[in-house]
Amino acid sequence: MKWDEFFVTGEPMIYGAMASIVLATIAIIVGLTYFKKWGYLWREWLTTVDHKRIGVMYILSALIMLFRGGVDAIMMRFQTAVPENKFLDAQHYNEIFTTHGLIMILFMAMPFIIGIMNVVVPLQIGARDVAFPRLNAISFWLFFAGAMLLNLSFVIGGSPDAGWSAYFPLASLEFSPTVGNNYYSLALQISGIGTLLTGINFIVTILKMRAPGMKLMRMPMFTWSSLITSVIIAFAFPVLTVALALMMFDRIFGSQFFTMSNGGMDMLWANLFWVWGHPEVYIVILPAFGIFSEIIATFSKKNLYGYTSMVVSMVVISLLSFLVWAHHFYTMGQGAMVNGFFSITTMAISVPTGVKIFNWLFTMRKGKITFTTPMLYSLAFIPIFTIGGVTGVMLAMASADYQYHNTMFLVAHFHYVLIPGTVFAVIAGFHYWFPKVFGFKLNERLGKHAFWWIAISFNVTFFPLFFLGLQGMTRRMYTYSEETGFGPLNLLSFAGALGLAFGFIILVYNIYYSIRYSPRETNGDPWDARTLEWATSSPIPAYNFAITPNVKGRDALWSAKHDNQPIFDGKIEPIHLPSNSGKPVILAGVFFVFGFALVFSWWIPAIISGIGILIVLATMSFDRDHGITVSVEEIIETEKKLRGETL
Amino acid sequence: MKKRGSLLVLFMSLVLLLSGCSSITVLDPKGPAARTLSDTILFSIAMMAGVLLVVYVLYVVFLVKYRGSKTKDDYMPPHEEGNKWLEAIWITIPIIIVAVLSVVTVQSTSTVEKVAAGYEDQKPLVVYASSSNWKWHFSYPEEGIETVNYLNIPVNRPIELRLYSFGPITSLWIPQLAGQKYAMSDMVNTLNLVADEQGSYLGRNSNFSGQGTAHMEFETLAMSPGAYSEWVEEVKTTASALDETEFKSLLATSYVGRKTFSSTHLTFSPAPGDHSDHMKHTDMENGNKEHQENKAEHPVPANPEETKFDAVPNVNPNEPLPQSPAEDSNSDIDHTSHDGK
Amino acid sequence: MKIDATKPLEYGSEENSNKIFGFWIFLGAEIALFSTLFTVYFVLVNRYATGPNGTELFELSGVLWETFLLLTSSFTIGLAVHSMRLGLKKPMMIFFGLTLLMGLGFLGIEITEFFTYVHEGASISTSAFTSSLFVLLGTHGAHVSFGILWGASILLQVKRQGFTLATANKSFIFSLYWHFLDVVWIFIFSFVYLKGLM
Repeated sequence: MKWDEFFVTGEPMIYGAMASIVLATIAIIVGLTYFKKWGYLWREWLTTVDHKRIGVMYILSALIMLFRGGVDAIMMRFQTAVPENKFLDAQHYNEIFTTHGLIMILFMAMPFIIGIMNVVVPLQIGARDVAFPRLNAISFWLFFAGAMLLNLSFVIGGSPDAGWSAYFPLASLEFSPTVGNNYYSLALQISGIGTLLTGINFIVTILKMRAPGMKLMRMPMFTWSSLITSVIIAFAFPVLTVALALMMFDRIFGSQFFTMSNGGMDMLWANLFWVWGHPEVYIVILPAFGIFSEIIATFSKKNLYGYTSMVVSMVVISLLSFLVWAHHFYTMGQGAMVNGFFSITTMAISVPTGVKIFNWLFTMRKGKITFTTPMLYSLAFIPIFTIGGVTGVMLAMASADYQYHNTMFLVAHFHYVLIPGTVFAVIAGFHYWFPKVFGFKLNERLGKHAFWWIAISFNVTFFPLFFLGLQGMTRRMYTYSEETGFGPLNLLSFAGALGLAFGFIILVYNIYYSIRYSPRETNGDPWDARTLEWATSSPIPAYNFAITPNVKGRDALWSAKHDNQPIFDGKIEPIHLPSNSGKPVILAGVFFVFGFALVFSWWIPAIISGIGILIVLATMSFDRDHGITVSVEEIIETEKKLRGETL
Repeated sequence: MKKRGSLLVLFMSLVLLLSGCSSITVLDPKGPAARTLSDTILFSIAMMAGVLLVVYVLYVVFLVKYRGSKTKDDYMPPHEEGNKWLEAIWITIPIIIVAVLSVVTVQSTSTVEKVAAGYEDQKPLVVYASSSNWKWHFSYPEEGIETVNYLNIPVNRPIELRLYSFGPITSLWIPQLAGQKYAMSDMVNTLNLVADEQGSYLGRNSNFSGQGTAHMEFETLAMSPGAYSEWVEEVKTTASALDETEFKSLLATSYVGRKTFSSTHLTFSPAPGDHSDHMKHTDMENGNKEHQENKAEHPVPANPEETKFDAVPNVNPNEPLPQSPAEDSNSDIDHTSHDGK
Repeated sequence: MKIDATKPLEYGSEENSNKIFGFWIFLGAEIALFSTLFTVYFVLVNRYATGPNGTELFELSGVLWETFLLLTSSFTIGLAVHSMRLGLKKPMMIFFGLTLLMGLGFLGIEITEFFTYVHEGASISTSAFTSSLFVLLGTHGAHVSFGILWGASILLQVKRQGFTLATANKSFIFSLYWHFLDVVWIFIFSFVYLKGLM
């Protein structure tokens, strides 16, 4: 391989990206050395097994990935803003929409959701940590290694260019000869293993680690949604694992699964991909529903309406999510019978989803609604998501889908679902739980500014796409001619995208601003909330709860505040915590090298790092972690400090 | 909250706009299949607008009525577990809506999969539409002609497009005539359509297939039967034949303009085994030995002989195709001169 | 760490029973993984193009030996866990070791078979059928190989530390894993080999 094939060359933008990566790396290294923070970084973050810190790292990575995916989005909208634009060529446009999709779904939405799960779920069920803290660190670092591997493809070797769905034969070596799709299979594989482990970890955590009295039907809705999502992860991700492995075998080892000769079958990939891909949509949307349920109840000062039907509807959605995958390719020619079946299962999902919408509306009825930033996002979610939902029903109709499939109508639909659904939820959750983690709120004024920019610009960006779709504009077109008449609406959409970007800039500025100026809380419950996570102090001590909570009903904290049902009626005892470990990050590092070597088919480094993985695993098996014990005195001291009491 | 109120108004007016709007391609059908789809879409929009209306009304009312700034300071919202009857309502009504839409879906789907009503007794014109990076080949086996990147069809006659691909999956879509369908490398899909109005309709590949996807547009010209046969005759007499070498070089070329030939590539490069119902087990076998041997014996596995009509197609794989003597001109026929308008 | 004496040692602490429960869920995910691989195999089994098909490729004798070894090893790992519960360290280690040895034997035969297949002109790139065959068998084989390494490290820990909460837990979880591989093999034996030979 020559060096000019190794590095992506010939584009000023790529050189810019390379330069900024190098500069950022140098800046980080110099900064860490200058401020003598290497030790701090290693001890407090890289080796941590604390679910809250892991959650924070997930969310931080997700924000960085949001930036990367957002830049991709702006470039796409700029390229299509006017007819015959020459900003990007077809190849770059293809790479950009591919990575936009991959990054936004797998490296932004998923880690953001999982990050919030990490921070919140153990607190909501009154646990000390997740069931397997070290495994949790492995999950995070594997995700991180996968994310870095995919991002590296932008400057080294070339990004995947066959769409995030990577349909074969387009994604085969024959039609996509760069290493881009090798990155796809390996980066997703590595982070997918991490996600699978997270799923297992959270199932065990939620089912086995609940505080006394926290029965299943007393769990906060976000915990319920996390449980169901984890179950979906455990059964959907293995399918992705297989699909990606077959892709890797096809591209790197010359197997014939999806090829055009020797019996290969391209439709098989589409089926496998969507058997995972559709449940994946629910993996990122159900926890979002959970977040909205918490926020809407809190800021309506009312308990969640129809708790039981909320739970049942999520279970039904999760089951149906495995029965709808073929609606992604009604046009593959499987005939009216099969399409009819999948149409009905798909439309059936709208029933439990509708139940949820009405339950949220009726939670607000007779409530006392306050318009905080997290509540604004949740309120905007309902009408916007409903548009996404009803267009989803329209797309579910197989016959009509023959006209929507692969068009901008579809693009508009899934952005109308995923942005108000997942993105608004994680931003709302970010604002909502931020004071819990850091001990101060994000600035409300800036938060609301950002909200209005984001909510309005979102509609400006994506509403026109419904019409572009009906006018015949297909997705993934890098350019179009003037005569098509697609120009004006695309320009409008680009204007909206700029507004969205501006909204996100305010949001990020707000983080900086609030870190500097926001008043520090001494109360663990700044929103007058209902669930257990607000019963401990903010920021949360390493051991979460000084006294193991004793739960006596739903909305445990609310009952404690209003019905005089104390949660902490035990006494302080010494707490056992797991000790930090550097092995997860080392393991992920070796995985990264392994993946990188396989991308380029460098066999010797691949074999060496493969053996390296086994060695790290073996040393982990021989490790005996005795953990650390926090004494009663230490706990009392920490608690006092967090409440702002002088010692 | 004014924003969302105005959003509602915006959406409703757009819905009204849609139904009267003919500039929207999908809702401006020029054939029975597209018309069925357009009706289905408008029907579903109407249903969904009703759903939206209910949600938005409740939403606006609750938000206006129960905002914290309007209630008294000591107001304590009640504890509500839920209400069986209300919940039963918002489970039952959506189920009814979904049931109605399911019936509409199943009916309209099977309608557009079949030959359009009223056209069943006509012999369909079979056209093989195959894609290669990044162009469309249209082979007319009965006429023995082939075009690249444009499709001429007679008006008011059922057209049976048989789709397949020489590479990545593509999707042939002529929104004003019919919905789209995939063209894939190891099977043939059938797309039935009829144009009941003369005119020129844009068709394109709607499934991403690599760098040139955006350029895979073609014109579909629905012309009167007379003009169509005239055009066929003219192609036969003036265009050159397509031989294997030329076809290979054509496949290897990324972008070409319009081309016209007086023979089809099906004779030497047949369509893949015709198993349009790939979900069935039987087609799993189209990569096995016997099948491939069969392919060699019967290079055109699915030709019009299989249709129920008696008309003798003039393509016989075992005989050389009639070829026009005047093929040396090798001209790309000037398409515009046959404009049906 | 508190030890709950009313339960077997491998379940003796909350952490231990969580690990066993978590492993069951992991096995659920593994079932999803192998189901997908079987589905891929069934879809592609008749797409052997110009290469050999199952009837031409498979030979029963090696497969029967593989089945015998793996079934017996599943029995011996059961005996190992039983000995562990009785607190008999030496028998436990013997049965555990026997399990691993039989696993090695299985692997040896499987690798020989792979060489035979390739020799007969059926490599991973011959046809969709051979690709799916090799990947299905290979995934199972890779699980067995990983199991042997993992089991060896557990055996070493049992030897050094005796039966502790940690080692008992690991040994038990390993036995679950090993039984699972046995079950997968029974499916491979019935639906790949027997069906292929019919």
